[in-house]
Amino acid sequence: MSDYVIQQVINGLSLGSLYALVAIGFSLIYGVVRLVNFAHGDLMMIGSFITLGLVASGYTPWVVVPLVVMFGGFLAGGMIERVAFRSIRGAPMITGFIVTLSVSVALQNLGLMVLGPQPRNFSFPALFRERISLGTADIAIIDLTIPAAAIVLALVLTLFIRRTRLGIAMRAVSENMLAARLMGISLDRIVFLAFGLGGALAAIAGLFWGGKFGQIDPLMGLVPGLKAFVATIIGGVGSVGGALLGGYVLGFAEIAFVGFLPPEYSGYRDAFVFALLILILLVRPQGLLGRDEEERA
Amino acid sequence: MTGFALSQRQALLLLLLVTGVAVGLLEGFGSGYLRTLAALSLINVLLAVSLTMTNGFTGLFSLGHPAFMTIGAYVAVIFTYPAGRKSFAMPDLPEIFGSIEWPLPLAALIGALAAGLAGRLIGLTVLRLRTHYLAVATLGLIIVVQTLALNLDGFTRGGRGLTGIPRDATLPLIAVCTVVVIVLCWRLKHASIGRAMMAVRENEMAARCFGIDAFRLKLFAFTLGAAIAGFGGALLPHVVSVMSPKSFGLIMAFNLIAIIVVGGQGSIIGAIVAALAISLGSEALRPLEETLGLYGMTQVAVAAALIVVLLWRPKGLFGLDEPGVRTE
Amino acid sequence: MLEVKDIHLQRGRTPVLRGLDLAVGAGEVAALIGANGAGKTSTLMALSGLLPVASGSATLAGPDGPIDITRSDPAALVAAGLIHCPEGRQVFAQLSVEENLRLGAYLNRDAARIAELRDRAFDLFPILAERRHLPAGGLSGGEQMMLAVARALMAEPRVLLLDEPSLGLAPQVTETIFDTLRDLNRQQGMTLLVVEQNAMLALEIAHRGFVMQDGRIVHSGSGAELLGDAALLEAYLGVSA
Repeated sequence: MSDYVIQQVINGLSLGSLYALVAIGFSLIYGVVRLVNFAHGDLMMIGSFITLGLVASGYTPWVVVPLVVMFGGFLAGGMIERVAFRSIRGAPMITGFIVTLSVSVALQNLGLMVLGPQPRNFSFPALFRERISLGTADIAIIDLTIPAAAIVLALVLTLFIRRTRLGIAMRAVSENMLAARLMGISLDRIVFLAFGLGGALAAIAGLFWGGKFGQIDPLMGLVPGLKAFVATIIGGVGSVGGALLGGYVLGFAEIAFVGFLPPEYSGYRDAFVFALLILILLVRPQGLLGRDEEERA
Repeated sequence: MTGFALSQRQALLLLLLVTGVAVGLLEGFGSGYLRTLAALSLINVLLAVSLTMTNGFTGLFSLGHPAFMTIGAYVAVIFTYPAGRKSFAMPDLPEIFGSIEWPLPLAALIGALAAGLAGRLIGLTVLRLRTHYLAVATLGLIIVVQTLALNLDGFTRGGRGLTGIPRDATLPLIAVCTVVVIVLCWRLKHASIGRAMMAVRENEMAARCFGIDAFRLKLFAFTLGAAIAGFGGALLPHVVSVMSPKSFGLIMAFNLIAIIVVGGQGSIIGAIVAALAISLGSEALRPLEETLGLYGMTQVAVAAALIVVLLWRPKGLFGLDEPGVRTE
Repeated sequence: MLEVKDIHLQRGRTPVLRGLDLAVGAGEVAALIGANGAGKTSTLMALSGLLPVASGSATLAGPDGPIDITRSDPAALVAAGLIHCPEGRQVFAQLSVEENLRLGAYLNRDAARIAELRDRAFDLFPILAERRHLPAGGLSGGEQMMLAVARALMAEPRVLLLDEPSLGLAPQVTETIFDTLRDLNRQQGMTLLVVEQNAMLALEIAHRGFVMQDGRIVHSGSGAELLGDAALLEAYLGVSA
């Protein structure tokens, strides 16, 4: 395989992992409360800025940073739910959608207010900026770390959902809220957990995004958040495996689009992604792994 | 509310009177700033009323208005842009367009037509989607159109944006257009087609059982809304003289949604009131934003207000009602 | 055990319960019968904390004194031993039989005890043991009902509310279920409140019966009394004995 192709495959894995991390959280939340959380991408932004804060302060050793970031994301996700979404639980879908949209706008503008619009950056420790050779290709270590982290996190999450008491409870709530309550399951707690886990994953995606692309700003979460939605749709809503798959499919598709078409088309990558979304929604709305929920009017 | 209510004719006369007087005063005595503010506020009213028609009547949820505004705006500007500078700013524009310079009303109509056509094509594709999928698809549409505008820079000057657009959108012109749109949407709402739309909104399944073609109605609402959005989008750059692909984006979509949610998701009067309130209110807050150095504060306030309204009065301030006017 | 006085309840703007009075003694089997729309399901949902009560009182006898049902949330009531087996069985179709049972004992943290209860459930309904790792959605109607009951039993209920256990089930299966219920009551002294459209079935195992119409109790008596009162059954339920 040529160097260029190897490079693109690695890029696809890397980008796909980022989308997958955000998509998994998104899917988890949708599964539990049937809410399309527009503000999810902004949790990625929050993660990036937490990272920036930790790195800038200089107190925190890098080993600990990811853990703190995930914890911060967990809290942020849970708190946003508590403050904004709990009161609309059970409201019609449109209301929920508008509220999440409002929260997203609020978060972005709060970010602008507090942090200012100019992009910032932080660097990963030197180790990750090194490059190694894979065959004759030259790969950045970070592009290998990201997929590894994503897979590990996805596995841990899957184990959690399948094996632990809370995980099973989450699946129960996903399926039938009424029956779950009759088991004594506390909806508040499970929903908080879902948002928290989603937030943690999005936050760590933010950490990696900032490290890989080198630039963060308060509005950065919007487009990746939307793309994560696309990834969720591709893979099938409500399924962690689906979100993971969708993330990678989208990542590879986007890289293929940019990598194999002439450079003058690369600016159209975002348009391509959303055109893909519309295509999927028309042709196979339940996604690759999803069950046949009624998507059509 | 007391039993006082105007007949529809009286309401129309009142609207014309108030608008005419306000515009007359502003044209005669108002500063440039006030006139611009009024112009922008009225365009918001126009857009909000049309979104009320698209989203509110049939209950579909589209965030796509800004995309159609962008289409309408760029198409119109192709016709109104000073001929001398066209070849410089839009080098890829075919020769025929290079020399023409048409008046705004005509150009805006062409823009509206283009937007309406796009609306119909897109509507045919996406309107079968369920609520939140439609919402995200239309949001994606904003990004697609912005990306196209950004990249087709031979026609649009891409990210650098267009400047020097003739300020042909005078306040009286905008006022006339706004009133026309209001009357149009009002008549639509109270005609049988409007009632059919609202039946679809209330219970689509039941409406279809009565032989109502829900899809056709939604398509109609979507297309018409797109056309009007295109028209409004065409007017805007001719007030402020500059435009870029980012001019009509998520923020605009959000503000429009905020307006119709606050005003009442099917209420035209509600949309008018809310549009004026939010436009003027945002502008009033702007100096505060500057002195405090907290850019983005106004937007947060709008978002917070929206959430509060949704929690307290989920149907908006007026729901489907038209307060003060007899509609039976 | 359960005392309900003058409950008024609305769903949306429609009054559903209009002054409901009910009492079930400890160790009793009570049948709540009535035509469709009488408010039977709403009654159970009020008792398990799923629906808010507009006025009236409902108390559950507890080890530390009476528990006010109207002020308790479903989780608290489950912890107090009041278990509701809802209409339509409502097993978690995508979870396995074993996971369903595990969820029945959600509030229990004692792994050994949970294993014990699970084994007991399998003894009671051997067919569930055979299917333990299969998704619950793949079971037949009768098996799902058994699972629903077994799941409810995992919580070690003091009071078990059952909503239409016979719904959609073949007569033989129904008989098995009701025999099991009667045994549970006789052997373990479990208090049962059974809502049924199939009046005969419920009254046959009941000590006490309550006939419900339009949101209130219009007639009550011992199970045998009501069973024998053909006129009553016909009048309120359209049942000819």
